[in-house]
Amino acid sequence: MTLLGYFSLWLALVVGLWGAITGFVGGAQGRADLQQSARHATFALFGALLIAVISLEVAIFRHDFSVQYVASRTSRNLPTFYLWSALYSGQEGSLLFWAAVLSLFAALTQLMTGGRYRVYLPYVAAVTSLVASFFVSVMLFAANPFKRLAFTPMDGQGMNPQLQNPGMVFHPPMLYLGYISITIPFAFAIAALLTKKLDTEWMVAVRKWTIVSWLFLSIGLLIGMWWAYVELGWGGYWAWDPVENAALLPWLVMTAYLHSVMIQEKRGMLKKWNLALILGAWVLSIFGTFLTRSGVIASVHSFTESPVGYYFLFFLVAATAATAVLYVTRLPLLQAEATLESMVSREASFLFNNLLLIGLAFSVLWGTLFPIISEAVVGVKITYGPPTFNFVNIPLGLTLLLMTGIGPLIAWRRASTANLRRQFAVPVTVGVFALLILLVGGMRDGWALVAFSLGAFVVGTVVQEFARGARARNRQYGEALPLAVLQLLSRNRRRYGGYIVHIGIVLLFVGFAGMAFKTETEATLRPGESAELRARDGHMYTFTHLGISQYNALNRQVTAALLDVRRDGKEIGRLRTEKRQHVDALGNRTFEPSTEVGIMSGLRVDLYVVLAGLVNGTEQAVFRFTINPLVWWVWFGGFVLVIGGLIVLWPGGAPVALKGSRASHVQAGYAVKLEAER
Amino acid sequence: MTHGVSRRDFFVLAIGAAGAVVQDTTSVGRVYDPDRAGRAQAPVTAADNDKNVQALEKRLRCSCGCGLDIYTCRTTDFTCTYSPALHQQVLRMLGDGKTEQEVIDAFVAQYGQVVLMSPPRRGFNLLGYFVPGVVLVIAALGLVWMLRRWTRESPAAAPAMPAAPPPPDASPAELERLRDELDRLPG
Repeated sequence: MTLLGYFSLWLALVVGLWGAITGFVGGAQGRADLQQSARHATFALFGALLIAVISLEVAIFRHDFSVQYVASRTSRNLPTFYLWSALYSGQEGSLLFWAAVLSLFAALTQLMTGGRYRVYLPYVAAVTSLVASFFVSVMLFAANPFKRLAFTPMDGQGMNPQLQNPGMVFHPPMLYLGYISITIPFAFAIAALLTKKLDTEWMVAVRKWTIVSWLFLSIGLLIGMWWAYVELGWGGYWAWDPVENAALLPWLVMTAYLHSVMIQEKRGMLKKWNLALILGAWVLSIFGTFLTRSGVIASVHSFTESPVGYYFLFFLVAATAATAVLYVTRLPLLQAEATLESMVSREASFLFNNLLLIGLAFSVLWGTLFPIISEAVVGVKITYGPPTFNFVNIPLGLTLLLMTGIGPLIAWRRASTANLRRQFAVPVTVGVFALLILLVGGMRDGWALVAFSLGAFVVGTVVQEFARGARARNRQYGEALPLAVLQLLSRNRRRYGGYIVHIGIVLLFVGFAGMAFKTETEATLRPGESAELRARDGHMYTFTHLGISQYNALNRQVTAALLDVRRDGKEIGRLRTEKRQHVDALGNRTFEPSTEVGIMSGLRVDLYVVLAGLVNGTEQAVFRFTINPLVWWVWFGGFVLVIGGLIVLWPGGAPVALKGSRASHVQAGYAVKLEAER
Repeated sequence: MTHGVSRRDFFVLAIGAAGAVVQDTTSVGRVYDPDRAGRAQAPVTAADNDKNVQALEKRLRCSCGCGLDIYTCRTTDFTCTYSPALHQQVLRMLGDGKTEQEVIDAFVAQYGQVVLMSPPRRGFNLLGYFVPGVVLVIAALGLVWMLRRWTRESPAAAPAMPAAPPPPDASPAELERLRDELDRLPG
């Protein structure tokens, strides 16, 4: 099977390059036969890579430890669940997974794109095939998942315990799906640049893909945060780690795009900017991959440790240069169809929203790279840790939250003073009211106060929008208010789905702000002894150590501590935290013992207990107790955000097809609407 | 035979006596296999939980390569041998009467600036702190300038613009309906 996989990689490389050549040449010369061949190449490419994926999965499930990847990532007693995720738990396998998913998306694009957009398809096939070929060549020449060992070990080394968590089964594929699907809009953008058909059509063709990509990036980031929280045991979910930052960058840029593309669709403006955002998001996705796989972040000097880094650097530089040249030569063709009429308009507010999102992306990138810059420029190694990231980025994030509220309140084209007053009165009152209540309630943390009151302001804007729309429907069609709200959602999914995403963002910020009120303590407890910890909301939590038990599970030896938990003296449940010593099928110990956190999650606080270890091998144990307020709201906010995204994405309802002189038609319509609002 | 029995009894008695000495009321039982539970931990002291010590350790980076600060590393990664040692070093220095700043200076002298979770706000590091903000402000000013230019060029904003059409003769409900219809237009 590994031989088959190996051959299919070579086949994929040949087919991919063929698809790239026929796509570009067929597109440029208008040769239907070559264009057809490029289209078929995407299907063949997917077929070849699917065979490679199946080959690797078969090797993993058969425990074929003659394959280096299988021997170094899995073991005979690894639970089946994690045998699946072993496919992408390491460098080589994740490259294969990446290439295979890209080829799937590329083939789907060829199948699902119809009618008027077909003109772009040869170039789209060419770009996707070229990118997939790059990943295949990295595998073949630098990180081959089918590489054989000189001998076959009795058992594999097993999977890193931290990856043996449900979060790590779903987080990487979700994030990858997000990363990879950016390639489709990127390929359409390149196709539009090459064909010089630079009107809004290519954007409509990729609208679903951009939302899909944003949605998967969001889900991937959220599951990643959840995994870090429940598995790593430091009590938080975001550490401004380069890997996290690399995933955040394309998300920020895609978020900017999803807003500014509306201006292009409605007003025919910002063509250059939108194109640049799509190209930029893709370059950042490759850049992020380069950062996290080359080892360059740890130090400039560790870069050379992996040959993969060179491949990615070369690809990044070549692709960025080619994209930039193509973009610059086409700039004269990208003229706006309309001009801005007022500084106080939805268009202008979207521009500031874009500026902030891109500014935030730049800021995160700057912080991630600054240690390298410092080492390279002044020769001083420094640490740009979470305190520094927070110092720089919390103000930017909160300004963005403010814009989340302001944006939807300002009318398109030109907002009058009366209109502004009408729009802002209620939400601002809600925000100020929330601030006063919190101040009276005794909250004194500056950033948290700002976050909560801005959050209330944004919720005010969304509720106002829903209320106005629903009331109008109620008057117009006599619909009951709940039905009217549902109708609003289903009739204009992008607008109202977008508002639900805004609510999700507010909830996320509420959760983030909760971290300002974290309390923690360490304690050594004998069985029967208790530790007390007071939460910032005044409740006293008592943790009583009930004892230690040791037992064997499938691939690990467990040492578990059980604790009785009381709030203000009343029992609320039990918590278990573990040490896990993983073993292979022969009973040999693999990896150092890992810690399994005990978490009791609630709307107000999470109780988070870590078993640090035992004293002198007795049941006397050292614990770390942490009270994390409002963490639940992060996960719930993420859920709301995803639901909002799905509403936007849901087929039907949202207008998709374009007809004739649509842009001017729509503009005329909005002109009427604006006049009406005066 | 008798001799043998008495010797066994002696050992039983001896072990029992030793157990009685060890087993006072505060002692706790040993677990079956302590090695499974990772490295043995020392009981937590008041200094370990001291807020000032923790705050200080949160400003210093662990040198094991984890990227975490000393406090977070020693309370999270119990396989790390560096952070407990660094923690002891901090406690020793504080015990010697050093101020917090002196402890930090001593760490910087020993490990270099990389030991600080936030680089000092001076010299080249200022770029690290303030470039994003400054760039953003400049970009915002540039955007305002550009928007002004655009709005001046815009025919709609020109002084010769014809008077705005009179407000449409429509009820609020009709306007909402129009808004709704417009929202449903493509785009």
